[in-house]
Amino acid sequence: MSDRDFTPNEMMTIAASRALKGDDVCFVGIGAPSAACNVARLTHAPDITLIYESGTIGTAPDVLPLSIGDGELCETAVTTVSVPEMFRYWLQGGRITLGFLGAAQLDRFGNINTTVIGDYDHPKTRLPGGGGAPEIASSAQKIYITMAQSKRGMVDKIDFYTSFGHGEGGDHRRRIGIDTEGPALLITDLAIWEPDPETKEFTVVSLHPGVSREQVQETCGWTVKFADRLDETPAPTALELKTLRDLKARTEAAHKGTSGSGAKKGSKDG
Amino acid sequence: MATFVPLKQAVADNLRDGDIAAFEGFTHLIPTAAAHEAIRQGVKDLTLVRMTPDVVYDQMIGMGLARKLVFSYAGNPGVGLLRRMRDAVENAYPRPIELEEHSHAAMANAYEAGAAGLPCAIFRGYLGAELSRVNANIKQVTCPFSGETLAAVPAVRPDVTFIHAQKADRKGNVLIEGIIGIQKEAVLAAKRAVVTVEEVVEDFSDLHPNLTILPHWTVTAIAVVPGGAHPSYTHGYYARDNASYLEWDRIAADRELFRAWMDENVIKATAEDFAARVATLRAV
Repeated sequence: MSDRDFTPNEMMTIAASRALKGDDVCFVGIGAPSAACNVARLTHAPDITLIYESGTIGTAPDVLPLSIGDGELCETAVTTVSVPEMFRYWLQGGRITLGFLGAAQLDRFGNINTTVIGDYDHPKTRLPGGGGAPEIASSAQKIYITMAQSKRGMVDKIDFYTSFGHGEGGDHRRRIGIDTEGPALLITDLAIWEPDPETKEFTVVSLHPGVSREQVQETCGWTVKFADRLDETPAPTALELKTLRDLKARTEAAHKGTSGSGAKKGSKDG
Repeated sequence: MATFVPLKQAVADNLRDGDIAAFEGFTHLIPTAAAHEAIRQGVKDLTLVRMTPDVVYDQMIGMGLARKLVFSYAGNPGVGLLRRMRDAVENAYPRPIELEEHSHAAMANAYEAGAAGLPCAIFRGYLGAELSRVNANIKQVTCPFSGETLAAVPAVRPDVTFIHAQKADRKGNVLIEGIIGIQKEAVLAAKRAVVTVEEVVEDFSDLHPNLTILPHWTVTAIAVVPGGAHPSYTHGYYARDNASYLEWDRIAADRELFRAWMDENVIKATAEDFAARVATLRAV
């Protein structure tokens, strides 16, 4: 895709931003979800409510935060509440229409692992853990997931069920007493995936411009299902690209003030 | 009743070997100076509690202060993994560490239960989550009214909680503002509470009536440590030192580099050194 004027990561962020609506109340995960949510807010969804787990409700940062608790989030929020209030009244209380998560490991049913690679008691790699995700996954009305594709990240079997997606598929969520929709959309750097209505397995419904089925399969650890009618994701518009790049440039400049050239490395957004 | 004392004394008086200790702060207002003082005093066998263990817990774990960690997300915010903690978990270096791992919702509820004087917290959580397999402190209860199955975890009741706050007044009432996190609950859940503050002001009479205030009689000791939350930030005083978090990733990756850094910046340093560390981060 080197002849195109956008990168796969930019396409991913912009495709994810398009899925967000102005009336969404979105619990935002740090990293790629945060970039997508803010592009949505700065383009077609100015009224979207963005919530970060540090307690900031209705935040409108001018630059992307490095962490879920950056001061910028609080300064631009409608209100900032305590962490227990955030999880009890707002998430558990059912006020969140959409949880937007990233993943270290993901399986075909949208189950997420951010806890360990390997055995829990003797891990090969100890990851940060679940944080807010286990309850976001069950209490938000639906879940979107975004991540760059790789065989390490998209695996046949995740090592640990940090956050429950559709379990083993079908009506598994209902069977264990979860009444929310669960993973409803997966946006990668190559494609858009939706769960099959029956099996709940993520199925490719749209390829990004210039991406082949083979590329999607080569970077995915399970045998990929493609929809009968496969769309092509519209390329980023000039406005979308400008919005994302301006946001990144502002972010870099802002974080440079205190972190020199490291800010870009520090920000995992988009 | 809060007493104003130097940080060294506040830690010596309130933190003992074997304590359950919480150094709380949710990205903002992290009590780094207090944690460094604990490291200098060589306290042992702590059970460290925190929702979001970050650089300071990496330092305490790397220096061998902790026998157990109760937590819900252990990461270097915006950067990645905690390398000293990983070394302890993966290689038992410098000592093995026991983990009691929760989700944020569970920890937040558990602190709140501690503050509320309840033995446990009940919430809708851990549905389908594998942590309930590896953590024996995650149980289920049935709601006696609706029959719904809910999660239960024990209340968090620290022996001592350390937090950093913006300011105290002369009486020792403490103001926290901005991202207030879990600090109020962590203080009210604990037997003893130590607060470091940026400054002491005459009184709070001109403040908004609904701000987060800890009355002086809920706080054991207050130490004035300007810059005491560095490299995190104090809303209204100074910005986050993002470069330090990035730098930590490099330092913590190597055992010897880590020890040398700790000797230079913690063991041989004092609480008074924090003011200079935030000098260029203050709002102009």
